[in-house]
Formats: sequence, structure tokens, C-alpha cells
Amino acid sequence: MAKIWILLGERLALGLVTLVVVSALIFVGVELLPGDLAQQILGQSATPETVAAFRRELGLDQPALYRYMNWLGGVVHGEFGNSLANGRPISDLLGVRLKNTLFLAGFAAVISVPTALILGILAALYRNSIFDRLCNVIALTWVSLPEFFVAYVLVLFLAVRISLFPAISSIDAEMSLAEMLYRSFLPALTLMLVVIAHMMRMTRAAIINVLASPYVEMARLKGLSRMRVVLFHALPNALAPIINVVALNLAYLVVGVVVVEVVFVYPGLGQLLVDAVSNRDVMVVQSVGLIFAAAYILLNLLADILSIVTNPRLMNQR
Amino acid sequence: MEGSRKADSLLLTIRDLSIEGRSANGWTRLVDGIDLDLHRGQVLGLIGESGAGKSTLGLTSMGYTRDGCRIASGSVRFDGIDLVACGERVRQDLRGKRIAYVAQSAAASFNPAYRLIRQHCEVPVVKKVMTPDQAQADAIDLYTKMRLPVPNEIGFRYPHQVSGGQLQRAMTAMAMACRPDLIIFDEPTTALDVTTQVEVLAAIRNIVEQFGTAAIYISHDLAVVAQMADRIMVLKNGHMVEQAETRTMLAAPRENYTKSLWAVRSLAREAQAPAEPSATPVISLTGVDAAYGSARVLHDVSFDIHRGRTVAVVGESGSGKSTVARVISGLLKPSRGEIRFEGHTLKADYLARGRDDLRHVQMIYQMPDTALNPRQTIRDIIGRPIEFYLGLKGRAKEERICALLDQIELDPKIYIDRRPTELSGGQKQRIGIARALAAEPKFIICDEVTSALDQLVAAGILKLLERIQKDFELALMFITHDLATVKAIADDVVVMQHGRIVEKGLVEPIFSNPTDAYTKRLLQSVPEMDPEWLDRLFAGRREGDR
Repeated sequence: MAKIWILLGERLALGLVTLVVVSALIFVGVELLPGDLAQQILGQSATPETVAAFRRELGLDQPALYRYMNWLGGVVHGEFGNSLANGRPISDLLGVRLKNTLFLAGFAAVISVPTALILGILAALYRNSIFDRLCNVIALTWVSLPEFFVAYVLVLFLAVRISLFPAISSIDAEMSLAEMLYRSFLPALTLMLVVIAHMMRMTRAAIINVLASPYVEMARLKGLSRMRVVLFHALPNALAPIINVVALNLAYLVVGVVVVEVVFVYPGLGQLLVDAVSNRDVMVVQSVGLIFAAAYILLNLLADILSIVTNPRLMNQR
Repeated sequence: MEGSRKADSLLLTIRDLSIEGRSANGWTRLVDGIDLDLHRGQVLGLIGESGAGKSTLGLTSMGYTRDGCRIASGSVRFDGIDLVACGERVRQDLRGKRIAYVAQSAAASFNPAYRLIRQHCEVPVVKKVMTPDQAQADAIDLYTKMRLPVPNEIGFRYPHQVSGGQLQRAMTAMAMACRPDLIIFDEPTTALDVTTQVEVLAAIRNIVEQFGTAAIYISHDLAVVAQMADRIMVLKNGHMVEQAETRTMLAAPRENYTKSLWAVRSLAREAQAPAEPSATPVISLTGVDAAYGSARVLHDVSFDIHRGRTVAVVGESGSGKSTVARVISGLLKPSRGEIRFEGHTLKADYLARGRDDLRHVQMIYQMPDTALNPRQTIRDIIGRPIEFYLGLKGRAKEERICALLDQIELDPKIYIDRRPTELSGGQKQRIGIARALAAEPKFIICDEVTSALDQLVAAGILKLLERIQKDFELALMFITHDLATVKAIADDVVVMQHGRIVEKGLVEPIFSNPTDAYTKRLLQSVPEMDPEWLDRLFAGRREGDR
């Protein structure tokens, strides 16, 4: 057991290092954007003097390295600084948006993960049957379509042709849960369709891979039912790859929502990021980027730990 | 065993059974027209080389055919139930409860995710033969009967925490869980060391006799089957060659194929005089120690190999024999000691060795499947060392490849453009030999080169190696765990245990009169064709304990 804690510590430390590297990359990336906030706000007609004065006011005239260290120092203390565009603290802005994004991701995950696992297990159980082939064809079709296309098709059919769900998913904290679920149904469905296919196919492949092993044949020769063989003998040994692909897709649900949020005008982090980029509000862009990176790293860390905990060979040494 | 058998107690009847397997060009016969009768409490031995259909036949006795196989014709009746015609539900119910299976590799056949006892209790509990508590108590009782150490606790370990021999016994115990009428043993001791094999064989035989269980015992090792079976059936390419009571079969085999299987066991090399002590050995190890990380695996290993001689290095798995090969070839740096080639010291790391030193030390590997690049043709595989070491190109190289193929008795016209996947196991191993010879070495390390091959094929490889050795006066180091192979090919033998040499010298005196206790045990553990051998061995050991 002690080994797990040591490992956890190691991975966490490594995650922090990665986060610092990512923060530097984000900062450099944002620096490379042409123009800055001062120019954006004052417009083309502003004199160089006014722009320079405004820059000084915003602190944009400082050297890049100084600004980076300043920002990083703030982040370490939990302060993301103030938005350059409207002067509000970024943490306030992020809080609401992050909650909305996590709500949408959670909504999609709660339905898509079990569905994908069950479909994957069934496809493996009835390999090469009509059901299996149908699953694969549909999954491959959805996964090959770009998500904005899927989103617009859903809007066309479920919002425009038959007005079942709203095409614009504006939600706020005052709404009831049912109302929020109803309004965010279309973006959630789009996300589900994109991730289910990937997770289902990996689950199927991982189980089929294990089905070829001698201990599965042994289980069948012990006279166990097909279902029991797959659920009790194959699945536990296929968990590691499945956990990893699930984590990767959960990370995608948090990080990859940008396009979907924009299509449905959903007030999440992705929408915030896009707005901030067009405004050249670099502080917000950096902060959102950092949160996305942290989500990615945390979920992968979780996947690593779970893979180890579910493997008796690693948990019980000789 | 004979006494416990009732005359009217036919348990399994197979009539005119044919099984087909799907292949690239339609269905091919794996088992062809087999008849078989098995009475309650009787043990039938199935003997044959790989591809003979032993396992397929064994599995069919459980009403099980592997994916891609089908029963083409014939009937299998188990205690009045037609296993071919009855539904899958009936077969599933019989399996585990009335017919059980013990697989070749227990390490691979136990589920790594669960403790042994949980896997043991699965069938009796799921099939409602016992309650979980009963099943667990019974498991511990069976572990005791199988002479497993600490039977109260061993079941609560995971498979990776238990040794191969113990796993194999736990698997036999698991097969006994519901007290089946029939157990299929599919080469249960093939993957074990000889000294472990003896223990497992004794435990299996003991429990089968105790419960009066009928069994089909599948093996390629005749001497092992002789200990276990009342009757022996010899299979070849899916056909039955012959069938008889064990004693009759051993004393007077009728068919030529059976006789040839018997004859392989008596291959022996002509004894040679000891090497000239004054001559410079081709390879000489002095006081070699080696370690993997902090684990020391070789302790003070010293021996010489002279020109034209074969030294067999024997020992069980983990004794350090392969490590010796790695040290000599420069893949592992020794932590102490020296390796000399014709008097001069070889650099510890192969990267630091000159091309000539590399050329003179060649290797042939255990698994010809993985030792040959599947994407290269035979021409590329053999041509590469010719070009690299001898600098031959074009016509000269081509001629040399053809000459080598002639040497290993493969027709160059047919084989030179083939790839390894188009060859049989024995042919691949021959290519491995040709590749080693291509460098024109003075010394070749053969690492278990015959252990992945069938007996008759292996015998062919041994004969080839012996001839080549004579032709080129090669020094050979032959790593093996099979003492019969040692007798067949070696002049000298080095016996290793736990990384130390326990005995070394000429084969004949050591085999007929071993001085070291471990060597004695090793030699005693080699199964003999006499059906009484196992009894005598254990009688002798009990005597010795007193």
C-alpha cells in the first residue's frame, strides 16, 4: 500500500512540473498573437501615445518574463488576476464558467460512459453478430463526422424541424436542475455521440484481446456461462486499457467542448476562451488554458492510479 | 488401478470421430476417424507429436471444440449422454462438474485477477454443488491431498505469487473440486523442471487413484505417460497409430512410427577421451560472477571448452545457464572474472569487441520463430552475416548461401526465396544454424535449441549439429534442461544450481556415478520408460529419509 502513496506523490509532482511547462507554453503562445488589448480597445485611429499610455496602465509595457513570473506567482496563490477587458477578478469569471462546463461534461459522462461500456461488452460478447457490426458501423460513422456538423444536424432535426429542445442553451444558476438538463440536452447529446464511439470500440477491443488468453479458455472449460466468462474472467483483466480510454474521453469532455459550446452559445469555459481570444484578453486566455491542462493531467493521473489499483500483480508483490 | 475397474463401467465412448479446422484453403482434418473407449477409473495416455490432434481429441471428450474447429462426423458419448447432439446447456453443465480439465500452463490458465481459492470455489458454488464455506473447506482439504505447502494459506495467494509446480497442483485440485468422473490432463508437466515434474506427477497420480477418477493424460513424453496410464494410444497427424496396455506398448510396439519415437530416447554420443589439458581451450571462463542489478546470478563460474568438443550446461530454470551465454556473448558484463577466447581476453561488452571476436562467437536460439526476422527472405537472413563478417558480395555471396543451405539439408532452389513463416519449426531452426555457420565461427552457443521442437525433429537437429561440428571442428556450448539431450550430444557436462557449478566433467562418469547430491536428484528425476519407475523412486526416497 505504501508504494501506492509514493507513486501517487511522484505522479502528482510530475503533473505539477508538466503544468508549469504548459503555463510557459500558453504564455508564449498568447504573446505570439498579433496585436494586444490596448490596440483592440482603442481601435485603428488611436495615436501611438495613447496606446502606449494605455499599455502602461494595463502593465503591458513590462518585459514578458516579468509579466509571466508575476502571473505565475499569482496563480500559485490562487489569484488569477483581473480581466484586462473589464477589470473584474478572473477567479469570479472562471468559477461560474467552470461549473457550467463541468455540469455539461458530467451530464454527458454519466450517460455516455455506462452506455459505451455496456455496448462494448455486448459487442465483444456477440462478436461478429449483426448487433456487433451495427454498433461498429454506427460508431464509426459518428466518430468520423466533425462535431460541429453533428451539432448542427441535431439542431436541425431536434430543435428546428421538431421543436423538442432549445437550440440555444443559455443556463444560469437560478434554474432548477431539470430546467438545466433540458436546456443543455443538445450539446450534451453531441458530446455523447462523439465520445461513446471511441470508448465502446476500445472496450470491445480490450475484451476481445483478453478473450484469446488461456485463462478464458479455462473458464469456458470450467463450464461457466458466456456472460460470466466475459464479465468475471475477461473484463477485470481488460480494465487498464478501458480506464485509460475513459479518462482520455472525460478529459476531452472538459477540454474539447470549445466548438460545441460556441455552437450552442453555452456559457462555459470554451465560450469564455473564444471571447477572450477575440478580445486579446490574454490573462483570461492563459487562465482558461491552465485549467484545461490541469483537468487533462488530473484525469490521466486518476487513470494511472486506477489501473494500478485494479491490477493484483502490482498491488500484491511476491 | 486395474483392480478398481469394473467391467461394465464404460464412461466415454468415441466412435469414428473426425474434427476439422478452418484453414486458408477450406477445412482440414485435425482428427480423423478415431475410436476410443474409456472405463470408469481408467487412465488413458495420449501420445504424439505436435499437430497429432491430442489436445483437440482431449477437448472433444468434454464436448468442446475450439473456435474455428468443428466436428465433421462421429459420436462422443459420455455416460450415456451424446455430447455432439445434446445442447450447449447440457455440455456446459457437465463441464467442471463431471468432466474437468487441467491445462498445460497453469501460470497462464489461472486468472491473474483472482486468488486461487476463489477460482477453485467458483465451479462448485456457481453450479450449486456446495455452499461457499463448504467449497472453501474442501479446497483446503484438496490442497493438503495435493501436498501443497501451507494448504491453509496458499489458496489466498494470487497466481503470480505461487511457483509453477505448485500452480499445477492447485489446478489439479481445482479440477477435483466437484469430484468429476473424468479429467483431461493436457500436458500438465511439460512446462516444469524435471525435479518439480516428479513431485507433480506423484501428486496427480495419488489423487486420481484416491478418488477413482478416470483420466485422459496427454503428453509427448512417453516415459511420463508410462507412469500415469493404464493404456496408451499413439496418434500421428490425427490418425490413431496403435493402442495397447501400457506394458505391452512399452515392451513391444508394433508400428514403425511408435518404434521411431522409442528409438529417439536412446540416442547417445560416442564417448571421447578427455581433452588434452595442455591445449589452449577455445573458450575459457575463470571465476566469473554476474548480477542483474543487485541480484547476483552467477557465482565463481569457471570451465573450458576445447576445439571439436561439446559442453552441455544443464540445470533447472533460474540456475543461471542462460546468463552464462549472455556473459560469453558480451550481452551482460560480468562483475568479476575473465572470459578468454583462444588465450586472449574478450572484452566484457560486445560493443567493444573486434569484428573477429564477434565472428567467432555465434548463437543459436531457443525459439526459431522469434529469432528470425519474419520480413526477410532466407537469402537476406543468411546473406547478412556473410557480407558483414566475410565481406562477400554478389555471386560469391550467393554461392556461399547455397552451400550453407546444402549443409543444413535444405534445397537452395526451393528455400532461398522463402520467408520464415513458410517453414516448419525444424526448418526454421536449421536456418538458425546456417546463420550461425555463415560467420564461420569457431564457437557456437546453442541455447535450448531443441526444446521447442518435437522429439523426432529435435533428433534430426541434434544429428545435424553433430555432423557440422565434426566437419568444422567447432567448439559447442549446449544449454539444456533435458538430460536425454545431454547424453545424445555432449562430451562434457557442467551442472549448475543457483548460479554455481556443482559438478563438471565427462558426461559418462558423471551420469553413471554422480558425486553431488543435486546432480543425483536431477538424474533420478528423469522419467524412465519403466512403469514402476515413479513407485521405485518414491520408495527409494522414503527409505533414504529413514
